[in-house]
Amino acid sequence: MADAGMLRFHVPEPEVRPGGTPDFSDVTIPKAGSVPRAEIDVDPRTIRDMAFSIIRVLNRAGEAVGPWAGLLSDDELLEGLRHMMTLRSFDARMQMAQRQGKTSFYMQHLGEEAVSCAFRKALAPGDMNFPTYRQAGLLIADGYPMVTMMNQIYSNEADPLKGRQLPIMYSSKEHGFFSISGNLATQYIQAVGWAMASAISNDSKIAAAWIGDGSTAESDFHSALVFASTYKAPVVLNVVNNQWAISTFQGIARGGSGTFAARGLGFGIPSLRVDGNDYLAVHAVAKWAAERARKNLGPTLIEYVTYRVGAHSSSDDPSAYRPKAESDAWPLGDPIVRLKNHLIQRGVWSDERHTQAEAEILETVIAAQREAERHGTLHAGGKPSARDMFEGVYAEMPPHLRRQRQQAGV
Amino acid sequence: MPRRTMIEAIRDAMDVSMARDERVIVFGEDVGFFGGVFRCTQGLQAKYGKSRCFDTPISESGIVGSAIGMAAYGLKPCVEVQFADYVYPAYDQIVSEAARLRYRSNGDFTCPIVVRMPTGGGIFGGQTHSQSPEALFTHVSGLKVVVPSNPHDAKGLLIAAIEDPDPVIFLEPKRLYNGPFDGHHDRPVTPWSKHELGEVADGHYTVPLGKAVIRRPGAAVTVFAYGTMVYVAQAAAEETGIDAEIIDLRTLLPLDLETIVASVNKTGRCVVVHEATLTSGFGAELSALVQEHCFYHLEAPVARVAGWDTPYPHAQEWDYFPGPARLGRALLETMEA
Repeated sequence: MADAGMLRFHVPEPEVRPGGTPDFSDVTIPKAGSVPRAEIDVDPRTIRDMAFSIIRVLNRAGEAVGPWAGLLSDDELLEGLRHMMTLRSFDARMQMAQRQGKTSFYMQHLGEEAVSCAFRKALAPGDMNFPTYRQAGLLIADGYPMVTMMNQIYSNEADPLKGRQLPIMYSSKEHGFFSISGNLATQYIQAVGWAMASAISNDSKIAAAWIGDGSTAESDFHSALVFASTYKAPVVLNVVNNQWAISTFQGIARGGSGTFAARGLGFGIPSLRVDGNDYLAVHAVAKWAAERARKNLGPTLIEYVTYRVGAHSSSDDPSAYRPKAESDAWPLGDPIVRLKNHLIQRGVWSDERHTQAEAEILETVIAAQREAERHGTLHAGGKPSARDMFEGVYAEMPPHLRRQRQQAGV
Repeated sequence: MPRRTMIEAIRDAMDVSMARDERVIVFGEDVGFFGGVFRCTQGLQAKYGKSRCFDTPISESGIVGSAIGMAAYGLKPCVEVQFADYVYPAYDQIVSEAARLRYRSNGDFTCPIVVRMPTGGGIFGGQTHSQSPEALFTHVSGLKVVVPSNPHDAKGLLIAAIEDPDPVIFLEPKRLYNGPFDGHHDRPVTPWSKHELGEVADGHYTVPLGKAVIRRPGAAVTVFAYGTMVYVAQAAAEETGIDAEIIDLRTLLPLDLETIVASVNKTGRCVVVHEATLTSGFGAELSALVQEHCFYHLEAPVARVAGWDTPYPHAQEWDYFPGPARLGRALLETMEA
């Protein structure tokens, strides 16, 4: 071998930084309807291509086309649109509430509303999601009261988590929404364990695991995949690829080395890639994976290709690391606009009704906010008692905590 | 009453628990078909089937993480980490998840799991088969931490741990698996069949978590020990002739402060002994508690005898392991202070 010279260290960089012109020319977007639909009991080895394409239903004209179309009625789609609009409105109000100092922190879903809202409608009662902090659409679409969500965000006297948790770290067993943890990826393997438990118990319930593109680099992502595959656990393994992990573009998690969906293939898990801004496609793929799990055919990995339009959190300023107009250039558009256009094209919706619905939803959100604020906000009004701080560490309070509670004078 | 080794007692505890409650599930590396590298789960898969007792991939975070998910579903997983030295990949799951699930969800979800792991040295296990990481768990709110020292307690404590509604770290001193060990490595080891604490009742019984027990009543000085050190302390008391009261803590978190305080207030002197390294070890917590609660009864500084602040060595096993000679010296110094 010839003299190899000095080694050079490689660090991936996004194509464009602030000040540059957004460029997604390297993102290949297949035509809507072009990816075939397989039977749920397909031999996973024969659908490997699906991990490298993108399943899409809605075309540019707003029509639902191809083999993944046709699952949802007009009413179901109108409901889906309402859920996404509600989540967006909720986000905007809570973001504003954070800016007004009514809470310490918030994280929006802007641009990703279809993923969690459509997925929820593919689940059955009793199924359990193990969400990250960016799937509140699961709660909205399941009818969890917005007031309760806000009470949690405000850490007020009616907060179901007694003020112990950072805002948006919701928990609702009743609504199939596992307690959110700040530690990334931990819930991915827990979802697999929950699914294993359902199988061990000969139950019919399935689990859904959630993770972002950045967190796929955590070790729990890998342990989840191997456990899910080993035990054929009835779990849907969701990867929401919104291109960004705070300031870090998905290439640092080694996106672009293939796809995140393709990671599943090495574990023998059927893996699909879907247009995350296409409500119909998300729902169709989620339903396919849920049915596979329910029929004891094992796990499915789904990569949702989407874009994080908003800041990472209320503590983040994306203009420091990516072009301001990048989200406008995103080739998969806006999930709400796309479903709206489809419904107009179907003849069951109009711009006027959309504007009217926006106003109605905003009113509902404001009413919920008003009700929540009657119970207090982070720095004003009713708050959880300091006694609550000592409760629930254990099922029964041990003597050392009783002593500390006495010391605290509560 | 039948006499059993600690291994048999631990296996019996899981057997009894699995028979009583079908939600009890046992899994870990080599735990299923093979019955565990220490034989602690031998026969359980044959008896209860692969859905109740099974082998896992080599992934500690996977084992504990999946157990947490199972517990959230409503099962009661009792999982094994092959050596306590290998629990660290699961540390995030234990600390950030298992310990806090009840608290952060306000009881919406709970985590009644047991994580069993062989612990401790004295077996030429070198750096990664000898560690005693209990202090890494006693520092974590929401966990319970148990260290049995004999077959009777091991069974009763393990059944209690499995039935407990909270996550329990169950550290099994592997040096005690086949017989008590007092640190005299040059003498033949006696099996549990020759020891009264090897008597293990059939069927269901529990030893309550959070309760210490006095192994040797005494008036001169209190020794706080757990696991293998209980026998080291007994040997040291015998060899020095000091009338030490030896307390086997059994549960480190929550701790039986009442028994601790009563004993030190009676003796006025106290020595803490553990295998784990000294600095920020559990002995520091014990020592601080004694100072806070027994200050006016203390006639000597609280002494700590522990592993040195080094990784656990191989060839220097008996220079590292806090044996009866080292503890004996500390007892004498404490009596003279």
